[in-house]
Amino acid sequence: MIKPKKVLVLGSGALKIGEAGEFDYSGSQCLKALKEEGIKTVLINPNIATIQTSEGMADKIYFLPVSPYFVEKVIKKEKPDGLMLSFGGQTALNCGVDLAKLGILKKYNLKVLGTPIKTIENTEDRALFAGELRKANIKTPRSFAVTNIKEAVKASEDIGFPLIIRVAYALGGKGSGVAKSKEHFIKLANEAFSFTNQILVEEYLGGWKEIEYEVVRDKYDNCITVCNMENFDPMGIHTGESIVVAPSQTLTNSEYHKLREISIRLIRHLGIIGECNVQIALDTESEDYRVIEVNARLSRSSALASKATGYPLAFVAAKLGLGYSLSELSNSITLKTKACFEPALDYIVVKIPRWDLQKFEKVSEEIGSEMKSVGEIMAIGRKFEEAIQKGIRMLNIGKKGLAANNMNFENIEKELKQPTDKRIFAVTEAIKEGMSIEQVYNLSKIDPWFLYKIKNITEIENKLINSKLSRELVLKAKQMGFSDMQIAKLTNRTESGIRELRKKLKILPVVKQIDTLAAEFPAKTNYLYITYNGDKNDTEPFGKDTIIVLGSGAYKIGSSVEFDWCCVNAVQTCKKNKLRTIMINYNPETVSTDYDVVDKLYFDELSFERVLDIYEFENPQGIILSMGGQIPNNLAMPLLQSKVRIRGTSPESIDKAEDRNKFSRLLDDLNIDQPKWKSLTDLKEVIEFIDTVGYPVLIRPSYVLSGAAMKVVFNEKMLKHYISKASDISKKYPVVISKFIENAKEIEIDAVAKNGEILIYCINEHIENAGVHSGDATMVIPPQRLFIETIRRIKSISQQIANALKITGPFNIQFIAKDNEIKVIECNLRSSRSFPFVSKVLKTNFIEMATNAILGMDVTKSLMPTLELDYVGIKAPQFSYSRLKGADPVQSVEMASTGEVACLGENIYDAYLKSLVSTGFNLPKKNVLISVSGDKNRYKLLDSVNLLEKMGFSLYATLHTKQFYEKHGIHSVLLHKIHEKENNEKKSFLGRFFKNGFNGGKQKQPNVLNFLLEKKLDLVISIPKDDEEKKFDDNYIIRRKTIDFSIPLLTNVQITKLFVDAISNKKLDELEIRSWDEYE
Amino acid sequence: MEKIKLVLEDNTVFRGYSFGYNSSVAGEVVFNTGMVGYPESLTDPSYRGQILVLTYPLIGNYGVPSQEKEGKLMKFFESEKIHITGLIISDYSKDYSHWNAQQSLSSWLVKNKVPGICGIDTRALTQKLREKGVMLGKVVFEKDIPFEDPNTRNLVNEVSCSNPIVYENGKTKILLIDCGVKYNIIRSILKRKCSVIRVPWNYDFSDTEYEGVIISNGPGDPKLCTKTIENVKKLIKEKTPVFGVCLGNQILALAAGADTYKLKYGHRSQNQPCIKRKTKRCYITSQNHGFAVDNATLPKEWEEWFYNANDGTNEGIIHKSGLFRSVQFHPEATPGPVDTEHLFDEFLELIRKK
Repeated sequence: MIKPKKVLVLGSGALKIGEAGEFDYSGSQCLKALKEEGIKTVLINPNIATIQTSEGMADKIYFLPVSPYFVEKVIKKEKPDGLMLSFGGQTALNCGVDLAKLGILKKYNLKVLGTPIKTIENTEDRALFAGELRKANIKTPRSFAVTNIKEAVKASEDIGFPLIIRVAYALGGKGSGVAKSKEHFIKLANEAFSFTNQILVEEYLGGWKEIEYEVVRDKYDNCITVCNMENFDPMGIHTGESIVVAPSQTLTNSEYHKLREISIRLIRHLGIIGECNVQIALDTESEDYRVIEVNARLSRSSALASKATGYPLAFVAAKLGLGYSLSELSNSITLKTKACFEPALDYIVVKIPRWDLQKFEKVSEEIGSEMKSVGEIMAIGRKFEEAIQKGIRMLNIGKKGLAANNMNFENIEKELKQPTDKRIFAVTEAIKEGMSIEQVYNLSKIDPWFLYKIKNITEIENKLINSKLSRELVLKAKQMGFSDMQIAKLTNRTESGIRELRKKLKILPVVKQIDTLAAEFPAKTNYLYITYNGDKNDTEPFGKDTIIVLGSGAYKIGSSVEFDWCCVNAVQTCKKNKLRTIMINYNPETVSTDYDVVDKLYFDELSFERVLDIYEFENPQGIILSMGGQIPNNLAMPLLQSKVRIRGTSPESIDKAEDRNKFSRLLDDLNIDQPKWKSLTDLKEVIEFIDTVGYPVLIRPSYVLSGAAMKVVFNEKMLKHYISKASDISKKYPVVISKFIENAKEIEIDAVAKNGEILIYCINEHIENAGVHSGDATMVIPPQRLFIETIRRIKSISQQIANALKITGPFNIQFIAKDNEIKVIECNLRSSRSFPFVSKVLKTNFIEMATNAILGMDVTKSLMPTLELDYVGIKAPQFSYSRLKGADPVQSVEMASTGEVACLGENIYDAYLKSLVSTGFNLPKKNVLISVSGDKNRYKLLDSVNLLEKMGFSLYATLHTKQFYEKHGIHSVLLHKIHEKENNEKKSFLGRFFKNGFNGGKQKQPNVLNFLLEKKLDLVISIPKDDEEKKFDDNYIIRRKTIDFSIPLLTNVQITKLFVDAISNKKLDELEIRSWDEYE
Repeated sequence: MEKIKLVLEDNTVFRGYSFGYNSSVAGEVVFNTGMVGYPESLTDPSYRGQILVLTYPLIGNYGVPSQEKEGKLMKFFESEKIHITGLIISDYSKDYSHWNAQQSLSSWLVKNKVPGICGIDTRALTQKLREKGVMLGKVVFEKDIPFEDPNTRNLVNEVSCSNPIVYENGKTKILLIDCGVKYNIIRSILKRKCSVIRVPWNYDFSDTEYEGVIISNGPGDPKLCTKTIENVKKLIKEKTPVFGVCLGNQILALAAGADTYKLKYGHRSQNQPCIKRKTKRCYITSQNHGFAVDNATLPKEWEEWFYNANDGTNEGIIHKSGLFRSVQFHPEATPGPVDTEHLFDEFLELIRKK
């Protein structure tokens, strides 16, 4: 075996829907595996919040886009001799294939480690893949692309019924449909051909079981399946949108091993080296099957499989890429047995997707073949009932489990048939209401086995409501995954009352270990979960010299990998201080849930009940809850009331910052300004309050009730519309209304304090004006356009607050600044999203300092002068609008980005362009469409548009925009809006648009639509007016189609200005290629 | 469900609920870590006399298939009936779901008069067996009964056929010594266009015509199969190709002059990695055995063929001529992975070449 000397690893970039935290886990494992071999590593990944881009993980880290252009530059500079492509998701894989196609790998004599490029291509290209399957004599769904009805009928005869018709580029899935008979098929096909000239006729597998195998193969042809998984939601729903269990539950030995054998045969045929995922559809009435796809890389499923089994797939895959055989590697859980084995589980794992659809305007809530979820949870139990109920709570969506929710569905049958993100609750309600299992199955196609298990839960729910609370019943309920809170709610008691009763009755959970071999061999690692289905603990309590760090829970919008980074760094700091560490977290996409990161990992709930269970069992020195974001932060007061030792800032102070009234009073006492606000319970009061402060105002409805979004409201019409639509206000659910300040700057401070004294801080300037959620804002350090006075004031206000709240640990304050008036808008006494960003840009680990402060260690105050940095760091948001069909891609006060990137540069332009390109934005070459609403905005962009013209871009504009700039001497070509028709008819354009698709009606030419369809535009600048309701109008359609056709889009004035300045200052080939350590 | 208990010989008591036949039984308690295949495991004659603990907690999910026959063999099982003495699990699925299911696991156990306990901390029980080794145990309803060691009985005699049975499917004739054969061994040979003459474990086959011999799996201590060992010695002398599976591996070793011993808690699972000696090839195998061949006692002409990647124990032996070979694992699978099925092909090739 000749080991490479220096290996380049490609990361996956920003977190986006379909490509999230799992790749931080796999990339980190890969780097660890290489480091252990003494191989030098170079990592390219612009995702600054990841663990893999932390000090010591790779020898060289480049915060640069994972695209062939930048990767080649790094290859040229670093001269690696090996390349790892399988650890950075689809981004890295695609980039690798492109590098090969462009001849770059050959040019630099760079060897791809693991699965060869040819194999990757064979799995990525549908036609090649189908060909390979044929060669291996393995079945795959049949599909024909046809262009007329005659061919279509022929295809349908070949395939048989039922089958599905698909139309490429359909709006809202129009034209697709399942045909069960020839007549029906001809009708559907004719309809489809009325607006398209090509349709796909495919074998329909809806309702088949969806099974996945995680397969590992080495270069000696040893091949194993580490885990199989069964989707609770059958074929038709994307596996990322499905509840998934591991191992499979409804497969017989014959089915399990038949599919296993097919997977292995296929992977051998394809020649994969390392890890891959095979998706298979299995008939529900026979052993017939179809192989759906192979992912020749680490994937979301493989991260899940790793956590579900304890088998370190990514680590092993990296070693196999170097040329090891499976039998040479040892099982890192037992340290005694080999990596060449298939884990035996003695528990069940349930994965549930976490959606955040309420955050988006206009997006459809239906789930189907495209992924929309932004995160996931994994629950472990020894009964399905136990695991699923845990899992529902882990989602942190206000549900206490599957029972004791009062959910009402207007049309439950429809809900079962056309699932939304609430499907599991609809299933439960249907069963509760007495619908037969058979009928629920017929509507949902969820295997009856799962439905029976849910029925078991509803039966216990019923017993809890109707019978005496005996020991047997409490025990049974706990074994079925009921939380104390659920039992309390169903029996009209309190959570603490149930806890006391339970302890009196000696009903206590036990700690079980995940050991990969179902107890056949003793395990060396402490990978643990908690269950009521057992009577013996697998572990001894750690006791006094131990710290528990609470993790972040499921990723969702506003809380993702950055909190994992904080948790891991906190744990590492505790370890450095010779403390034993315990992590509680349940997110399978994280590094903090790697069993080698902490001394004990509890893969379990972050609920009050469970954290207290673990605390009482372990009896540690204390708990740190300021690292994992809002979920652990919210536990501060309840845990304090149970006399839990909480380290760092006191829960009372946390409460003072969290409680709007208390915090407001504190600011008043300190003489610190804040926007005027009030919590109100009826519309009359609301209008009265607005009369005194004036429009615009920011409204925060009670999330619990409506799930509606925050909104800035500019006039009474908008207010009434909004309140009637989204937020019923009442005494129980007041709305909070605050004055919204227009054209103001937003600034944040991230800092660490000890006993109220600030030890270090960093001031981040937002590029976008206030009104864009801080999570969606582009941030720059050091601040570029702030007055020295503003900075001084922010510093002193922060110190005052830190003092008043006696902060010990990390905190973040958000400010609004306008005309040197500074107002505080929010304060969090925990780490914030930007902690990894500021730590890495300033090269000072804020979390390490915060943890040391929390632990009471001596921490030297760092006088890091933020302003005197010789380089600039910019953090830019990553949006996933392309995945969220229908969503309006405009930033607002409600956060919508799913991830972020950050790049360093010699100046703001260098850093910004690299960040922007890192989010998948292609720099424009020629044609730019400008469509700006309102003269105010048009005026603000005058200089930028001028600059674009001077730089030689061909400008296109919609009517009013064109007229405005024409007056200022800037020429542009008029493009008609979509609704403008040749014969001047305008009425009901949208209805027609949706009805007829693109080809219906004749648009007035030249038309925006055609330019978008024909990809004639390199960039679209579409700026909406702030002060109007965003409707289903033409501007929305332009933005939406721009996203759908993957054309770069800018929708914000400040961003557009920065962008134009940047491209006028820097060309692509002038951007710096420097590693992190080269910025000094 | 009725409350019952499992008592181990060290007096540990596990309490659970009955979901099988209500009667007290005694046997040897062993665990299996396979995650699928209870209908196959329960009908595996090698479990004769044993109370089986399944470490996978959710059992009964897909019910039990029909009793239909394919030729002379049960289509979906490894023998005619359930062979385990008792079944110990954690979570029983009273409602099952599968297109091929005909009855629930519970009703099948009751019909076969085999008790089953659910609600047991099977992980804790398995840890105990791992640490202390396999133990005698009993499932106790109201009536207590004494412990009973099945290994003192000739278990093979209890599960072997009593008269020869012929399964015809081709010219090549394979003699199968039935020490408690799993049907899939027979199916595996028939599938390869051979006929099988299945004979009792102690059958004198000197007058029978055959081209090769398979020694089947089976329960208990191989040393009790004295008659089989004698017969195999003759086969070696006559240079008849022999292929042994599981107990067959131990019998072939004893016939070759090597020794066997009892493992602390055996190998019962579907994920045992076995490495073919002198190669980097590792196979995932299905296993069910409590005894093993002692490598150190292998005579000169013999060598280890496979070994266990986890604990290094013997997983197969082969004679230098290649004519006599055997494996400790189950190439016929059911339940378990089918990775070593090619060993049947290799054996038949050997015969046909000869």
